[in-house]
Amino acid sequence: MAFLAAGGVAAAQGGAQDGAPARVVSLNLCTDQLAMLLAAPGQLVAVSNLAADPMMSAMAGAAARYRATRGQAEEVFLLRPDLVLAGSFTTRATVELLRRLGVRVELFPPPASLADVAAQMRAVGVALGRAAEGERLALSFEAGLAALAAAPGDASGGGSGDASEERPRAALYYAGGYSGGADSLAGDIVVAAGFANIAEEAGLPSGGRLALELLILAMPDLVITGASYPGASRAEEILRHPAFAGLRRAEGVSDADWVCGTPRVLDAIARLGALRRGAGR
Amino acid sequence: MSRRLGLVLGLAVALLFAGSLLIGPAALGLGESLRALVAGGAERGAVALVMQEVRLPRALLGLMTGAALGLAGAAMQGFLRNPLAEPGLIGTSASAALGAVIALQSGLAALHVLALPGMALLGAFLSVGLILAIAGPRGGALTLILAGIAVSAFAGALTALVLNLSPNPFAAAEIVFWLLGSLADRSFVHVWIAAPFVLAGGVLLLSLGRGLDALTLGEDAAASLGVRLGRLRLLVIAGAAASVGGVTAVAGAIGFVGLVVPHVLRPFVGARPSALLPASALGGAAMVLAADIAVRLVAPDRDLKLGVLTALIGAPFFLHLIWRLRRRLA
Repeated sequence: MAFLAAGGVAAAQGGAQDGAPARVVSLNLCTDQLAMLLAAPGQLVAVSNLAADPMMSAMAGAAARYRATRGQAEEVFLLRPDLVLAGSFTTRATVELLRRLGVRVELFPPPASLADVAAQMRAVGVALGRAAEGERLALSFEAGLAALAAAPGDASGGGSGDASEERPRAALYYAGGYSGGADSLAGDIVVAAGFANIAEEAGLPSGGRLALELLILAMPDLVITGASYPGASRAEEILRHPAFAGLRRAEGVSDADWVCGTPRVLDAIARLGALRRGAGR
Repeated sequence: MSRRLGLVLGLAVALLFAGSLLIGPAALGLGESLRALVAGGAERGAVALVMQEVRLPRALLGLMTGAALGLAGAAMQGFLRNPLAEPGLIGTSASAALGAVIALQSGLAALHVLALPGMALLGAFLSVGLILAIAGPRGGALTLILAGIAVSAFAGALTALVLNLSPNPFAAAEIVFWLLGSLADRSFVHVWIAAPFVLAGGVLLLSLGRGLDALTLGEDAAASLGVRLGRLRLLVIAGAAASVGGVTAVAGAIGFVGLVVPHVLRPFVGARPSALLPASALGGAAMVLAADIAVRLVAPDRDLKLGVLTALIGAPFFLHLIWRLRRRLA
């Protein structure tokens, strides 16, 4: 009992709680980042190899301190994890195999809204036996969101129907002509920054391929694109199409901060909001 | 080419070109589209941008791609006296695509505007040269097709390898574009990249009509008529490589156009290569423009590849040709 009590004290000081997993491996870019934020020292054994890629990961620097796996079952199993964090849609085969080998696996869907971000911070905290840290991170995120919504001269955040009509219209446009819809984290970031997303008028509420000519005819006030990857691809060439000449573009704005539900989402909203105010409507 | 055939084909190309300009995901009115097409000045509206920067280059590329592939197919078939010779089937397009992919992924294409079509031309040139060396006029249909399969497979594999090794996460998914071709979302940049090569190759191939006519009488008869076979071979290779390389660099490998078009038109021109060459250029343009309209009508919101449609028409044709060839040989 004395030992358990000591454990409780350690948890209160930032160590792992009783029954908390001691060796955690994360297989998904988004769980990687939340685990790095929430895990006790030494608790997180390995992250995915994407976590160290600055194009996709907002915490590439921090990830360099962890082992990286490519998400294959045998390398993960050899790390002897007692908890594996994975995404709902990726590394399915690995997850099935690990479960059959008796490893506890917790799945997390990619965050699809700002509300999901806070919820997932709490959920990952609980899974790691670090519920208090998860709650703290979620509360500070929610406070950050509220502060951004209340920023002076800012029409964002739960605006009324009237406000949305005056909002400048933005398009999320990615390689291959994909447009991000409203029902996504990126869509929520656009709205929180005070824009209206043209994907809805274009009939793509959950995003999808938007023909270049439809984008041009929609005449958005701002086209938000991601950064270009090294090497060449035809999919990205569309973002340099001369027909964009008449549209205002924000290139490379949709970056690693937009991908996962970390506190960096707040930076993404703030930067996009500054861009909107800079545009002078 | 008879005047009437020329008129019919020319009219078909003109109609399909207009169709390509007028059909698209944005439902624009006829008058509005045509006005926007010629609208000029600094204040071009959104409709003008769509017509001039999205649809016009796409229609022009369809025209060029089809003409180049039809012409190259007719010239190769004339020189080899073999109805199965075709840029897609004997690996010319696949090799041009490999050259283009190497130019793009190595960064050469970013250094100079001519590097992309130049590398595609080089790939096409090497593959046509190799095929002609293996299966020249005396090699027979079987040798030609077998060598073509080997060259296609090899070039396709190397293309996939280069794209898989690319640091760009989108590149690997584009194997299908390079193998099947598409004109979606191309711009005038691509028109200017391909045009000089297509024009030079086209003029060269069209000038070979008389030599190819003489060759139908046999090599000895052609030689006695003053045709230098070695020179003719080199010009066919160069012309086909330039036109196929030019279009493949920007549109990917599109198969079967050079097979189907000369085959359909041959009876109308009395099997004379000199008449078949211009007819095939027009016929090829009509076929690719029609296929490119069809991909927009069949699946407007997904980028259906052109090669899918040309193969749907072309592959049964190919089987039919082999069937006839078999009966003749038996």
